[in-house]
This record gives sequence, C-alpha cells and structure tokens, in this order.
Amino acid sequence: MGDTSRLCSVWLGSETGILKGVSLARKQAFNFCNTSHLSRDQEVRALCWGDPAESELLVGSVDGTVKTFSVEKGAFTETRRCGDPADGCFAGLAVLGGGSGSALVTCAECGTLRVWREDSSEPAAELDAGKNVCRMRPSPVHPHKVATGGKENGLKVWDLERPEKPVFAAKNLRDDWLDLRRPQWVRDMAFIPDSDKVVTCTGYHQVHVFDPSTPQRRPVLEVEYGEYPLTALSLPAAGDAVVVGNTRGQMAVLDLRRGLVRGALKGLAGGVRALQCHPSQPLVASCGLDRFLRIHGLEDRAPRHKVYLKSRLNCVLLAGRALEAEAGVAGATGGAQDVKEEDGEEDDLWETMERVEETTAKRKPTEEEEEVELQKKSKKKRKKGKD
Amino acid sequence: MDITEVPVSQDNKGKKKKNKKAKKKSVSQEGNGESVGVETKEEKMEKSEPAFPPTFSVSEIKNKQRRHLMFMKLKQEKRKQKMQIKKKKKKEREALGDKAPPKEVPKTIENQRVYDETTVDPEDEEIAFDEGTDEFSAYFNGLTNPKVLITTSDRPRGRTVRFCEQLATVIPNAHVYYRRGLALKRIIPQCVARNFTYLIVINEDRKVPNGLVLCHLPDGPTAHFKISSVRLRKEMKRRGKDPTEHSPEVILNNFTTRLGHSIGRQFAALFPQDPQFVGRQVATFHNQRDFVFFRFHRYIFKNEKKVGIQELGPRFTLKLRSLQKGTFDSKFGEYEWVLKRHEMDACRRKFQL
Repeated sequence: MGDTSRLCSVWLGSETGILKGVSLARKQAFNFCNTSHLSRDQEVRALCWGDPAESELLVGSVDGTVKTFSVEKGAFTETRRCGDPADGCFAGLAVLGGGSGSALVTCAECGTLRVWREDSSEPAAELDAGKNVCRMRPSPVHPHKVATGGKENGLKVWDLERPEKPVFAAKNLRDDWLDLRRPQWVRDMAFIPDSDKVVTCTGYHQVHVFDPSTPQRRPVLEVEYGEYPLTALSLPAAGDAVVVGNTRGQMAVLDLRRGLVRGALKGLAGGVRALQCHPSQPLVASCGLDRFLRIHGLEDRAPRHKVYLKSRLNCVLLAGRALEAEAGVAGATGGAQDVKEEDGEEDDLWETMERVEETTAKRKPTEEEEEVELQKKSKKKRKKGKD
Repeated sequence: MDITEVPVSQDNKGKKKKNKKAKKKSVSQEGNGESVGVETKEEKMEKSEPAFPPTFSVSEIKNKQRRHLMFMKLKQEKRKQKMQIKKKKKKEREALGDKAPPKEVPKTIENQRVYDETTVDPEDEEIAFDEGTDEFSAYFNGLTNPKVLITTSDRPRGRTVRFCEQLATVIPNAHVYYRRGLALKRIIPQCVARNFTYLIVINEDRKVPNGLVLCHLPDGPTAHFKISSVRLRKEMKRRGKDPTEHSPEVILNNFTTRLGHSIGRQFAALFPQDPQFVGRQVATFHNQRDFVFFRFHRYIFKNEKKVGIQELGPRFTLKLRSLQKGTFDSKFGEYEWVLKRHEMDACRRKFQL
C-alpha cells in the first residue's frame, strides 16, 4: 500500500467514503480503504494536508470524524472525533501550523468553528460563525486567519487568537433597483496572496472580491458568470485570475482586474464539487458529480487528463510537487528512503538523467509528428503533382 | 470504337475510373463478340454514338434532356454491374458451401462505438455498493411500492391529455392530476407526504408533447428527457385490445454505462417489482444510440417455439437531456450529467447511455 500511496499526486474524497489517489505519471488510480467496510457515513467532505511536508492527509467524514492518512504507510493511522454528527457535515478542515504545535480547525455546517489541539478530546477554542456555513478556508499567509461564509451568512474573516469578533464581516450588497434585499449565499472563498483581499463565489452566480484593508465592507469587484450557482473556486499560481465552476459543469477562468471571462474550461459533464489549482504549475484539477477527475492546463485551457473514478467525488487535493513527475523525484520530501539506500551517491546523477529523459520524451513525439506531417504534406504535394 | 486506344489524359480520379471500366467492358465484349456479333455491334454503335472526348463526364452535356438520359443510362449500367458482382459472389459462396468465408458484418456506428470507460463491470464492488445504497435501493430491496403521479404543463391540449391517460394505463398505480397552475416545487412536498414515489411531468409545445420530467421521490434524482415520435393508441395499426391492469414485465436494453445504469434503474423503479405474468404484458425500454425507445406489448406463446406479440401502445422515444441530483430544482439543483450539444456529440460514435 505504501508504495502505491507514495506515487499518487492527486487525492480525492468520494461520496461512498473512499479515499482515492491518482498517479498521473503512471496513469493509475488507487482506492485506499477496505472495501468490506464501505458505508455512506464515511462520505468524505473535507480533505487537507496534515503537515507542510505533505506526508499526512486529514480526511473529514460526514459522521464528524477526522481520520489521518499516512502517505508513506498508505494506511489510516488515527481517527479522532471532532464534533457531533448532529452539527452537520464539515464545511472546512484546516491545520494551523503556528508556533505552539499543530492544531486542527474544523467547521461544521451549523456554524461551530472549533480548534483542536493534539492529545485532547475537548476543543481548545470554539466560535460561532452563524448558520448554514458552506465553506471555511484558512489563509495561506496568516496562520491564524480563517474565512467563513454560507447561505444568508456573509463572508467573515476570523482571527483565531481573538475569536470573540470577526476581523472582517462583509456587508450585503446594496438593495437592487426595486429596493429589494439581495439574497446572500457564499459557496466558496479564497484568500488572494500578497494582499488582504478575499474572493468569494456565490450561489447567485456572482464572484465578489472583498478588501478588508479598506473601510469598504461591500465587495470592491463583482463579476457574474453564467446562470447557475457557482460551487467552487480556486486561485491559480499566476495571479489576477480565478477559476470558478458551477452546478452544470461549466468552468471558467475569470480575470480579477477587469472582471471579464478569460476563457472557459470545457469537457465537464456534471456539476463541479471541488476545484484546485496547482501551487506552482499552470494546472487546475476539478471533480464533481460526473465521477471524473479532470485536469486542465490554464494556459491553453485544454484538457490534459481525465480519470474515471467510479464514485461521485466531493473534494480534490493536489500534491505540491510537479503532478506528472515520478514519485522518485518528489521523494526528496521524505518518501523515498529506500530509493536513496539503493542508489547512494549516484542520486544526483539519476535525477539529472531523469530530467533529460523527460525532455526527450516530450520532444520525441512532437518531432515524429512533425516528420509525419511533413511526409503527409509531401505526399499531398506529390499527389497534386501526379494529378 | 477507339475508346481503348486513346491515351489516358491526366485528370481527376473519378474520370479515370470511368475510363477503365469502359476499357474492360469493351474487351469483354470483344471476347464474346464472335458468338453474337450483331448485338455487340449494336451496343458498340450506341456506345460510340456520342463522339465525346475520352474524359467525358455526363455533367458536361449541355442539353438537359440529353444529360438526363445519359445519366439514367450510366446509372443503369452501374446497377447492372453491381448486380452481376453480387450474383457472382453468391454463386461462389454456394459453390464453396461450408468452406465459405464468414459474411462480413456491416459497419454501423453502434458496433464502431468508442470505448466508454464508465461501462459498468458487474463484478465491481465499489459500483455495486454505490448502486446498493443509492436513492432507488429502497425500491430494489422491496421496501417501497411505486406510486406515480402524472401531470402536465399548464393547460394541456388534446394529444398531451390523451398521452397522459394512456401512460397511466401502462404504469400501474399511476394517478393523473390536472396541474392547476401549481409550481412543481410546491407539488413535490405534497407528493412526498402522500407517499408518491414518482412524479412525471409531461411538457407540451403547440399541442404536441415534447418534454418529460421524471422525478424520483422523496430525494431524487430527476431526469429530464426530450420526448418525440409519440404515437397514441388510436394512431397505431394492428394494435391489440386495451391493456389490462396487471403489472407488466419490464425489459431494459443496452443501458451499459454508469449513467445508463442510473437511468435504467430509474425506469425500472416505475413499475412494481413482481410482474403479474397472467397479464402477458411487457414494457420495453430499448436504448439505441442514446435514444430510448418505449414499446408496450402483449405476447402469447403459440407453441413451444413460436411467440406472437401484439403492440398495445402508446409508443414514444426519449432522449436524455439532464440528470439532476435531488428533486426537481432547475435553478439551484446540482446536475449529475448535462447533455452539452456540439461538445459531447462531436464524435458520432461516442454514446453516453
């Protein structure tokens, strides 16, 4: 199991409660669970990395348990109960990497946000984020900031060290031209790196950008996309854009500077449940009700991979390393000890060799194609000449 | 006369071919020309009569009637040749007897189908679990009995009303209700409270039924179909007497992919699980190229080998537009599958069901 789990670069949680790993380099998918104990209570609702080295996965299930999955061992190592099943499913799961050891942040749909220290079954802190929370996301830069939002529950940014009051609470949009109240429904949000801004997408097909650094509590930018509720969003590594997906399987890259659609990502058949952009490569992974994991390139917006995973998928998580690289290269993070033992000093040499192989492998087909094309062309010409 | 002698000028291929054929013909005619000289001469006379250049094509003739005549002749020629080849092949086959090579299977877009990775493997544990615990599991475990409500869009007219009535005779325990301008989202809770397991809404456009929403209750899924070629009982030839109230047997054909399976299960759950064989009635959902054909028959075993069937009607064709998770909610519902035209049907050999 450990060998297979180290290969995987994409992790997915399914509605049937199975954790799935996909290795794009080998074009293989693995299930990590014992199939005899399948049940819908185990449905995966949240997924996040347990540590920055990406050796542990945290899996949040519907019944309120958080399981730890060790990537090296390829098995679940720990199960802890975080909250009642009566609270509703997890809206978010995050790990705080602060100075005082790691802590776990969970947020249930009923709005209770809890911080759990290790080795204690009682929450270290608890705060109420309001009803019907759809999503909770941590800030990648500030370790103590999280954002929450949901139906009729606007965006709130919390500082977990001061859980009494939110740092920022968004104001609803102005009444419309008929003086009617605008409904609120935050479905997903993300912190924009290098600034305080937060981008949200709503069930009313809008994308909003909030700027807590200014006194304005209403969105500083509003973009509309499509006619169906937007369910997920993700920020690509190259800034100024956001990828959103809706319930009908329409996905698009939106420009955050001018509020325009840059282009659509095609090929999806069913509603999007989760989206994630790769932290360094221009790739975006999406999964949803059509049971496929799809990976699109963000530059040409062309589909790169499409993997059928048999169950409806709830969440997706990408590894930080290059997606299509073999695990051996990424093994430097800690996984490839045995490889090192075998190779010893020649490690560097091997790495260089692999890189060469990759480049040639990438080039070769293109050259061949070109040749083929050339031949075709010449054939055509010949034909024309004959005729 | 000199058709064979003229050097073949370089022109496009089609014309070349024609020339070749002409060559062969003349040669063969010369071969048996000795026995029946007069006839061949006559034919040759006909052939040589239009003194066209060798790269002649019919479309070059300016006179319309003449062109038409020549074209008809050309067609006849071709047909004759074809028949000859066919006869020859048949004779060869007969001569070879058992050793004859197997007949070639004609290429159709179904048997050239692009492999679909979602095709369900019956031994797959994960899919078996997924299907075993889905919304239809209560029906397939025998816990619920189907109870169906059939309604229409507002103010149904002629054909749609009759179609509803006839659908209600096909599906046992079905109740037709007048819509009364109610919103579907308000009908659904009432249906759930009254233990209905299905809600069927037939939409009409210009007095013709054109859409069908099939909503499984109490918690979905909802399928939306385009409905076409509706043939009511009255319009059918050689139909049998009206169907009895026995619950029919159900045949589901060709629902192979994961999506097809969910749709097939949805159709199956419309009918009671134990058919009454006394009624000898069969409802068939046949999927071919993503179109689902519905037929309703009565059968009879004439003797040990022969079965007679009699169509009872109505018949119609369905095409899946979308499959939505949960009960009907076209605005905020999450779609499991949506037909995206020009994106999904770009390949004619790719099928979804």
